[in-house]
Amino acid sequence: MSNTILEIDNLETHYGKIHALRGISFTVREGQIVALLGANGAGKSTTLRAISGLIRSTSGAIRYMGDDITRTPAHDIVKKGLIHVPEGRKIFKGMTITENLELGSFTLEDDAERKRRMDHVFEIFPILYERRTRDSAFLSGGEQQMLAMGRSMMTNPKLLLLDEPSMGLAPFLVQQIMKIVLRLNKEGVTILLVEQNAKVALKLADHGYVLETGEIVIRGDAKTLQQDESIVKAYLGE
Amino acid sequence: MSIQDILLQQLANGLILGSFYALVALGYTMVYGIIKLLNFAHGDLYMLGSFVGFIILSFLSDYIGSGWAGILCTMVLSMIVVGFLGVLIQRIAYVPMLSAPRLSILITALAVSMVLYNTVMAFTDGQYLAFKTDLGFEGVELGNVFVTYTQLTLVGASISLMVVLQLFVHKTLYGKAMRAIAIDQDACRLMGINVNKIIALTFFIGTSLAAAAGIMAGTYYGSIHFFMGFVIGLKAFTAAVIGGIGSIPGAMLGGLLLGLLESFGTQIPFIGTEWKDVFSFGILILLLVFKPTGILGKTEIERM
Repeated sequence: MSNTILEIDNLETHYGKIHALRGISFTVREGQIVALLGANGAGKSTTLRAISGLIRSTSGAIRYMGDDITRTPAHDIVKKGLIHVPEGRKIFKGMTITENLELGSFTLEDDAERKRRMDHVFEIFPILYERRTRDSAFLSGGEQQMLAMGRSMMTNPKLLLLDEPSMGLAPFLVQQIMKIVLRLNKEGVTILLVEQNAKVALKLADHGYVLETGEIVIRGDAKTLQQDESIVKAYLGE
Repeated sequence: MSIQDILLQQLANGLILGSFYALVALGYTMVYGIIKLLNFAHGDLYMLGSFVGFIILSFLSDYIGSGWAGILCTMVLSMIVVGFLGVLIQRIAYVPMLSAPRLSILITALAVSMVLYNTVMAFTDGQYLAFKTDLGFEGVELGNVFVTYTQLTLVGASISLMVVLQLFVHKTLYGKAMRAIAIDQDACRLMGINVNKIIALTFFIGTSLAAAAGIMAGTYYGSIHFFMGFVIGLKAFTAAVIGGIGSIPGAMLGGLLLGLLESFGTQIPFIGTEWKDVFSFGILILLLVFKPTGILGKTEIERM
């Protein structure tokens, strides 16, 4: 069995008086795709935001490749190869595609390496190359998602946290994005995937966790979860 | 003097005035762009720039004189000193207020302004100080209009500073990070950008540009005063709004435009120089009514 890359231990967070995460624990192993499922407001995005350091957890621990990163600032976590592609993509509208990608490699000092990574991104997303000098505000939803993923790849991630990459996209675009997730995984990137679209997510994933009001209620390997009638009913919307 | 000469004279005056406005407006707009703070103390940092310059020049003049070399060294040193002061003010006064309601930080900025000009007033007894330079009075004649080399250099220096800033913001990674922070701070954190460091850098640059303008003003007018930052603060704010607050080219354009409008405005019959402030703020009011986003200000583009 491969090594544990991420370990969440009894993590709790609060937004003011709202108890958003009520002590969740789970692990992600190197090379896996792990799906974090659940309805709106279950705490999926909060979990990712706590891992990447955007919000401070109130108790519990986050360990990444053996280091405790619970109190590490977000910009230092990035340097360790843990990259979060946030909900809503958060690309830099008003800046060109190339500029967005360059900012993705902010921590990198080697210009030749920056160029090499950008070529790699353009190879995976040819559409971004075609529009490289355009303002990213004028991209379609799918293209924005591609840019957000491309930007995260500029950091050369080891672990990628993807928050609802399929949100608002047409089915054929969802397929395309998921193909890219698989490709990244094959290239050696471990992936923690947050999805409302459980069906799509479980098809890719090795493991799945279902969150409900800040707690993990179901865990198991993806195949079992897919076949479990009650889960399909409760979380796959069918 | 013919009408052409008058217009040419006003063009020269307007460009000088406008380049001071533009340099100060840049700091306003950059700080507003990244933390949405109207830094009311910004005009006082311009004033502080001229006083720090005054002190540095009085030391330097014993060694290298107060000619071009002296002024240039004074300017570089004061920009650095006042730039760090700007960062210090940001650390002490503004960082603790960033998560407080917007109004609190605005009032903090007013307080910083009062602390700065009252401190300088206490040290100078509220007197004007003579900003003595030795730049000579040579110049060129354009028709009947005489423009000194000092005036030409001041305009040239401000334009060079603006060009350097524009190159920095568009060509370097740190400059791009500054623009990105204005768009989305969380996304910047997720790119490994230390947001606080970039905010401090922005304060440094904005403040040192104001300091440069302060020294230029000292050189140009020949005297400095603790309250000199007040009106120019308001004017620079006007310039930033005219150009579109948050926009760097907007601040440059707004500053130059306001300077030109003011100096040409004084030539309108029945409107003398004493009306020039009324003229500027009248423009601000008209602009806020008809185009609140300013000339280069953008309306947000949202697309799913």
